[in-house]
Amino acid sequence: MAFLSATPIDPAGLVGRVASPAFGGVASFLGLVRNHHGGRAVSRLEYTAYGPMAEAECRRIVGEAESRWQVRVALEHRTGALEIGDIAVGVAAAGAHRDEAFSACRYVIEEVKARVPIWKKEFFQDGDVAWVDPTSASAPHEAVRE
Amino acid sequence: MPAPTTQLVNVRVLLFASYADRLGLESVRVALPVSATVADALDHVRSLPGGERIPPRPLCAVNLAHASLGTRLTEGDEVALLPPMAGG
Repeated sequence: MAFLSATPIDPAGLVGRVASPAFGGVASFLGLVRNHHGGRAVSRLEYTAYGPMAEAECRRIVGEAESRWQVRVALEHRTGALEIGDIAVGVAAAGAHRDEAFSACRYVIEEVKARVPIWKKEFFQDGDVAWVDPTSASAPHEAVRE
Repeated sequence: MPAPTTQLVNVRVLLFASYADRLGLESVRVALPVSATVADALDHVRSLPGGERIPPRPLCAVNLAHASLGTRLTEGDEVALLPPMAGG
């Protein structure tokens, strides 16, 4: 199963992939496209990825979670053009009890944000277009010269 | 005495997102001396027009896994220079 998806993410499908009679808890996280960033109105965005490495890194992260906790994890991240409110990323982690489900779900989303080579281009309502740089506190964006 | 030969390793350097925009390129083929590292490949890219706008210590990957600037390169490696990630 691929971790990157060019088509909408189905949260129920993610949960269905990890559910099992042995698991009493499923924790899930959905990341949605926000309509604002740095106090400015965002109208839409585009995700681009280093596809083969993103797939490999997602597989490593899921493997780490599944070996650290007794869980089964499903993970999907969108690529391409997204509108406000669209699901950008979805994680579902199932375990026998809620503790490991929550822990694994949190671990996976944090590691995805830190390690998976995916980039986000924001299209602002004022017409600006910029790559998001989460490491730059003072200047969250680099303007894209079209 | 055999003639001295200059051995090279050929690698491909991939650029993404803001870095690709800065150079107007998505990949560069580079021939480097044997025992070259990711830092040597980066030096080459930063010497190209627009390359000075790539930071001196970017995130890097070799063959689809995170790597450091000191990672040794071998023939056919795929190096990637990764802007700050913004997934999730």
